Amino acid sequence: MVNPKITWCPGCGNFGILTALKQAVAFLVKKGVLKEEFVVVAGIGCHAKIVDYLNLNSFYSLHGRPIATAEGVKLANPNLKVIVCAGDGDAYNEGISHLIHAAKRNIDITVLVHNNRSFALTTGQFTATSPFGFKGKSSPEGSVEEAFNPLKLMLAAKATFIARGYSAKPNHLRNLIIKGIQHQGFSFIDVLEPCLAFFNTLQTYNEKVYQVEERDLTSEKEALRKIEEWEYGKNDAKIPIGVFYKIQKPVYEKQLLGNLIPAKRKKEVDLKKALEELK
Amino acid sequence: MIQDYSILIGGAAGQGSRKAGLIIAKLFSNFGYRIFIYDDYQSLIRGGHNFSHIRASAKKILSHRRKIDFLLALDKNTLEKHRNDLDKKGIVVDLPIKTITKKAGGMPIMENTALIAGFAKMMGIDWETLEKVLKKEFKKLQSLNLKVAKAAFEKTSNLFKLKKLNQKVLPLVTGNQALALGAVKAGLDFYFAYPMTPATGILHYLAAHQEDFNLGVAQLENEIGLVNAAIGAAYSGARAMVGTSGGGFALMVEALSLAAQSETPLVVVESQRPGPATGVPTYTAQGDLLFALTAGHGDIVRFVIAPGDAEEAFFWSGKILNLAWQYQTPSILLIDKEISESTFSFNETVLAEVQYEKPLIWDKNGQYQRYQDTKNGISPLAFPGQKGIITKATGYEHDEFGLTVEEEKKVKKMQDKRLRKFKEMEKAVEELPAVKVYGNKNAKKAIVAWGSTKGPAKEAAEKLGIKMIQPVILQPFPEKQFKKALKGVEKLVLVETNALGQLGKILAGFGFQVNTKILKYNGRPFLPEEIEEGLKHG
Repeated sequence: MVNPKITWCPGCGNFGILTALKQAVAFLVKKGVLKEEFVVVAGIGCHAKIVDYLNLNSFYSLHGRPIATAEGVKLANPNLKVIVCAGDGDAYNEGISHLIHAAKRNIDITVLVHNNRSFALTTGQFTATSPFGFKGKSSPEGSVEEAFNPLKLMLAAKATFIARGYSAKPNHLRNLIIKGIQHQGFSFIDVLEPCLAFFNTLQTYNEKVYQVEERDLTSEKEALRKIEEWEYGKNDAKIPIGVFYKIQKPVYEKQLLGNLIPAKRKKEVDLKKALEELK
Repeated sequence: MIQDYSILIGGAAGQGSRKAGLIIAKLFSNFGYRIFIYDDYQSLIRGGHNFSHIRASAKKILSHRRKIDFLLALDKNTLEKHRNDLDKKGIVVDLPIKTITKKAGGMPIMENTALIAGFAKMMGIDWETLEKVLKKEFKKLQSLNLKVAKAAFEKTSNLFKLKKLNQKVLPLVTGNQALALGAVKAGLDFYFAYPMTPATGILHYLAAHQEDFNLGVAQLENEIGLVNAAIGAAYSGARAMVGTSGGGFALMVEALSLAAQSETPLVVVESQRPGPATGVPTYTAQGDLLFALTAGHGDIVRFVIAPGDAEEAFFWSGKILNLAWQYQTPSILLIDKEISESTFSFNETVLAEVQYEKPLIWDKNGQYQRYQDTKNGISPLAFPGQKGIITKATGYEHDEFGLTVEEEKKVKKMQDKRLRKFKEMEKAVEELPAVKVYGNKNAKKAIVAWGSTKGPAKEAAEKLGIKMIQPVILQPFPEKQFKKALKGVEKLVLVETNALGQLGKILAGFGFQVNTKILKYNGRPFLPEEIEEGLKHG
């Protein structure tokens, strides 16, 4: 059962992400993953309404906290396929610490950032990836902050899978999401999406976005070169999309828990030995 | 001498006075004595002044007293600071520990071993008991420690013949360890924390016993992250608990509200220390009561339970975990430094009183709806990963399936469901031992005290022949039980370690007026004598 009425604006980038995510899940279900093993965790913002439109397990969390919630979901039952849908406000503003630490510990979840580079549900304010000079209701003269590059941040934070997608290229995005979910470890996909109401980047993206050649994926240097091709505040360069970086490292939950599945462990524990120690 | 000894051992941070205090307590405990240790230390790693006040008695005790019978000093400062606390017949245990340790080939850190061994000899504790306890406590450099101990034991003359009591030897457990054990007994699957005194001991204890207890323990980036992770873990079906102090709890408050709205079970251990802000980080207070009762935006009823000693910490920690799951609600176990870090003789009979109690699990009939609108407001639980079940949790207002709603009727309907659940929680509280009464039950004068103040208040009440009332569950407030406990009471004295008399305000809200207040807010717990004196004046 899903909410039949989608309330995103016509032309919203979230439609493309919804389509891509549905198709990615459908593909993996065909490959044998149980549909009920997917859990989508969303933050708060336009993007987050996606959980009402998906007939999947979901947790509609707090603004800024979906990554933290998702980490708990995964740690309690590492067999689950956990996908975070976060906004740029969630991931890069309110909850940036969780993003950095989730990447650092290499927990096996997939984070999709619906990056419209603005706070849209609150009717248009600047976020961490809005350009310098962004005119919104909280910055009528233009924002005086420069945008940062989240992919660069993720590389520095030791994420093991770093990619960028574009909502108007849902087939490409679908493949990115599949790769991200199949990656064992923390996978990060920044998804550029225009916000037709508050930051319409559609034409720019359509002109500048190109699919990068996915090679030398284990080279940090090569990844950085691609990541730096386009800085978020600028409109001068071509915008590469695709997988930029992918390496294999031990995953957090396996190292922390071994084979334990906390949600399914036997409840009875004998405390005699522990109390004997204290005599 | 009556069988109630007070021993103070102190030194600079890094000299091992706390460890020495615990070993002394274990020696008495092995002779059948009941123990309470108050540990006093500052927020620093080297230098300063730390001490442990060990009380060993034939009877169960829950606090330390003012006067000390034996003063053991690892540095001069300890002698100067505590000489005046010596009882008239009190003794300074002054041994040449530096020389003894050096001659035996020990390291300076082992001077505490020499002091313990000399004191044991002085008290008439046999070498076999001393050796047994030291072997257990010193896994590192064991033979050298024993060598130092032997030298000090031989060098010191015996002065007393400590009576061996015909009582079972009980484990010595801190409040933090007790509550960890209680939660484990009730099926704890995951503990999440960020270090914060005085709750850090829970994290250390569970991390050290992760394999024995077969559970998950994670230290995450901050309190906001870990409490949201705990909520996520509970959604997946794991019984999760988090632990912190007031400042960390403040960071968790938005998530507490999420747990309430999404009806996700969550247990927060809040071990208070004096605030506001950083306050006095390694000392004790009961100043977060009103905060714990009201934390979280929106209409929330949560369980707030304040155990008063280690056995209660064990029992109520297990109970609150079960309650949180039965009623799918955030719950707060409210303690303080005095309970967290004090050491108590722990009667193992309480073990049988806690077990895993099964929550309401979906019976697999029809389509699963996470927020099914039931008669008592409690919706069956199901977890992700099971074929045929889609479970949608949310912090938005929602319909039964978990989809967002904003229409007025639907919004009210779901709040009404939660209100019915809150009623069930109120009923549950009245079925539990939510208010305890001690002392002279027919007295006209009564003390009302909660949490760690139970220990000294109970002792004072018993001595003065008055009544002592301890509300253990503070939300939902056990109004009926409290009214019953007040029967025959004409004068009610409030005793708390905070500056505003916070429990008094809560009681007033239910129409219970206190006549006088005895408040203490210098970071230290009440001594029984202080309450006795306060009662004489009031």
